[in-house]
Amino acid sequence: MLKFVVRRLLMLVPILIGLSALLFAWLRALPGGPAVALLGERATPESIARVEELYGLNEPWYVQYGRYLSNAVQFDFGNSTRTNRPVTEEMARTFPATFELALAALILAIGIGIPLGYLAARHYGRWLDNMSVTGSLLGVAIPVFFLAYILKYVFAVRLGWFPTQGRQDPRMDAEHPTGMYVLDGLLTGNLDASWDALMHLVLPALALGSIPLAIIVRITRASVLDVVHEDYVRTAEAKGLWERTITRRHVLRNALLPVVTVVGLQAGLLFSGAILTETVFAFDGVGRFVAEAISNRDYAVLQGFILVIAVLYVVINLLVDVSYGLIDPRVRVR
Amino acid sequence: MTNDPTRPLLAVRDLGVSFTRKGAPDVRAVDGVSFDVSPGQTVGLVGESGSGKSVTSLAVMGLLPRRNVRVDGRVIFDDDDLLTLPRERMRDIRGRDMAMVFQDPMTSLNPVVPIGVQVTEVIERHQQLSGDAADKAAAELLDRVGIPDPTRRLREYPHQLSGGMRQRALIAMALACRPRLLIADEPTTALDVTIQAQILELLKELVHDSGAALIMITHDLGVVAGLCDTVHVMYSGRVVEGAQRRELFARPRHPYTGGLLASVPRLDAARGTPLHPIPGSPTDVLAWPSGCAFAPRCHHRVDACTDGPPPLENIGGRSLRCVNPLPTTEEVPA
Amino acid sequence: MSLSQVEAATESDQVEQPVGNLRQAAWRRLRRDPVAITGFVLIAMFIVVAVLAPLIAPYDPRDTPGAGTITPTNIPGPSAEHWFGLDEQGRDELSRVIYGARQSLLVGVVAMLLGMAGGMVLGVLAGAFGRWVDSVVMRIVDIMLSIPGLLMAIAIAAVLGRSLTSVMIAIAAVNVPIFARLLRGQMMSQRESDYVLAARSLGVRRRSIVLSHVLPNSMSPVIVQATLTLATAIIEAAALSFLGLGGADPAVPEWGRMLASTQRYLASAPHLALFPGLAIMVAALGFTLIGERLREALDPKYRR
Repeated sequence: MLKFVVRRLLMLVPILIGLSALLFAWLRALPGGPAVALLGERATPESIARVEELYGLNEPWYVQYGRYLSNAVQFDFGNSTRTNRPVTEEMARTFPATFELALAALILAIGIGIPLGYLAARHYGRWLDNMSVTGSLLGVAIPVFFLAYILKYVFAVRLGWFPTQGRQDPRMDAEHPTGMYVLDGLLTGNLDASWDALMHLVLPALALGSIPLAIIVRITRASVLDVVHEDYVRTAEAKGLWERTITRRHVLRNALLPVVTVVGLQAGLLFSGAILTETVFAFDGVGRFVAEAISNRDYAVLQGFILVIAVLYVVINLLVDVSYGLIDPRVRVR
Repeated sequence: MTNDPTRPLLAVRDLGVSFTRKGAPDVRAVDGVSFDVSPGQTVGLVGESGSGKSVTSLAVMGLLPRRNVRVDGRVIFDDDDLLTLPRERMRDIRGRDMAMVFQDPMTSLNPVVPIGVQVTEVIERHQQLSGDAADKAAAELLDRVGIPDPTRRLREYPHQLSGGMRQRALIAMALACRPRLLIADEPTTALDVTIQAQILELLKELVHDSGAALIMITHDLGVVAGLCDTVHVMYSGRVVEGAQRRELFARPRHPYTGGLLASVPRLDAARGTPLHPIPGSPTDVLAWPSGCAFAPRCHHRVDACTDGPPPLENIGGRSLRCVNPLPTTEEVPA
Repeated sequence: MSLSQVEAATESDQVEQPVGNLRQAAWRRLRRDPVAITGFVLIAMFIVVAVLAPLIAPYDPRDTPGAGTITPTNIPGPSAEHWFGLDEQGRDELSRVIYGARQSLLVGVVAMLLGMAGGMVLGVLAGAFGRWVDSVVMRIVDIMLSIPGLLMAIAIAAVLGRSLTSVMIAIAAVNVPIFARLLRGQMMSQRESDYVLAARSLGVRRRSIVLSHVLPNSMSPVIVQATLTLATAIIEAAALSFLGLGGADPAVPEWGRMLASTQRYLASAPHLALFPGLAIMVAALGFTLIGERLREALDPKYRR
């Protein structure tokens, strides 16, 4: 098992190197050259000189790349041209918000997706099955930002069940030690603040979770349909086991293996998916910050965030791979 | 231990199984199958693939899917008609009073559950044993079926066992609650030839020791010869001939039985004696209602064979479905 | 023989058929499938609207017939004169949605074709040559796949500047590694298959085996993927445009941009979000439905 983890970790190395090289090349390809691109319209000869020194832009490319790597490893991505604060600081501010949102989206997607997919398989060909197949096709075809609009208009603007935007009522007197507002409320004993933050989370989480939800439903359904026809399920039936034992131990334990992979892949995509959702709900997280960076051509922010989100994606996929080894004994031995 | 004069343990009467499909005509996989199994008796059900022997056994066990399948007739076990028994009652019987060993040990064990759990679950379900007592019973079972180092094996997963060991484990699970009827569906077909004999020997021994009745389903007359008291030969969903094993082997009356026997190589035959394969393939069948299904391949065919369905007649302890049987005096062509 | 075995047997009979027959059978199956027909109808609608936009659209999408009547708080919704209402600048929303179909179709098709072409070049290189070519190509593919698609599209579109071409290239680039991996995997499994071994043992040259046997037999999943990619490309293009990375001219209607510019008026004029949103969805759904059904029709494993 340890060998398996180590091997997976080693496979990470070329990917990370390639990723950083791509981003390095990307910086060089930006319109106006890296120094101007990173500084934006406020570029002055002095500031250009400063950036050129930071990235060593006058030196050979391999020295530049080395410096870029060492800066990246030290989490030094320069300053945002818009807010003029270090990119790292902006990350620290926005990541907890998006982490909270992504977690909520994932909980919704898994909590609804797996039971629904299972029930659909068990009612194969009947209305519940047809509904969830149709729903999951629609879920994949509907653009996230359009779904976000619909949710916002119906449940916030029209029905008024949820707030239309933001992370918390600004009139709320709340402290934020972790930056995850729901948790903050619990930690500081301010349950109202927690509840308010939770209500702000519901619609964005539904929008963000819609694609993972659709995919989880489909994979779970297909996987359960496969497994119920397996010989070992018939063996379990031949033993006269209780139906719930068969479902839990023999059907679900096998059927959920491919679901784990899909959940991992989708979880890794949530941070980039948040770019669209957070824009619609003016949710102050990574996604909204990146969207603003795009319209302001704030390339310093973009390069830092792209690198971190991509690394996060790779690491999550690695964790999924490893956890797969924990669940499936056949992988563990290899 | 031949025909027990007392009432049989299992009486199958006029069993029929149809597979129904929307937009397609029903497929009658089994039709009018009747046979008895007395306590402790070993009965062979012989036929080529597609002859309905496996479907018959699944119908007896109540393991056929409920959708798109219609079962008729009666399956009397302990005065109960299993076909009309409530599903939960059937679950109590399966694994406790009757058990089954399947064809492919590679796919019949749950790959992600340790062998031990798969053995103890049937003990815990049907006997008032749990925890250590169940573990101990499971270890004893594995020992009895000839698996070395049982306590270690209990913790292992199916992929860590060889095919023969897996089939032994499956036999252990089937015999865990000392069932009175064991159904073995081609238990050796998927195994190496060298292992086949061992598994057969084991089954024979265990069945003898426990006093269980055995229905042996096979396409291999060699298996039947060394094991069964009574043999029923199936063709295209119906029993065409049934008799005491010695009777049947010595004086086959149905041309199909005769053909099967003639196509088995015999050690006591003179060198150079050619085998006599049955011409054609099992797909060259006639629909039973229009005549004998075997007629297209039968060397003993007469015009009457295709006039209508031949009835199953009882002649001196032998059942036979043939209008022009082989003469009683005819020796087995060897 | 259990039920499932019976089914498996009948299905494998169909697998053995030559590729041409399998495709024909798939086509016959699709033509009778109500879901696929729905998809065909949606796509036909989409294409007709896109191609015939100048003939169908009641107004020029740049004209502002309602310029005098609208205020930020009063944007008229659907009426007899303007079926989809007016937009925030007083332009006819229906005409803009109709013209938006052109951009969407163009970007979707070009991006898909570019992505598929790039992916096939890489995939064939890796699948046909194997060994070190394969390892190098697949490492590149791994690295490209390690960046979430939307993020990569954003990065590339940002470098290339605001134009429809850069949107196409960005989305194509996202799909290159997907096609490459798919085709390579298919070719690898085909290379191991019995008929290739047979051809080899008969002394058929490698290039001719790859071109006349391996590649054609590997194409079914690529066709499926291409159909599904059309759907995602349309959605991704809309997303880029939504984020301000679309075409250079804001007067040219793009569904994504229309959705973005309407954000402020969601409460007072929801129709401005509804129609372009539905348009994206209909186009994407059409291709998704056909892609899914095609997959099921071509791959016996999905049939149930």
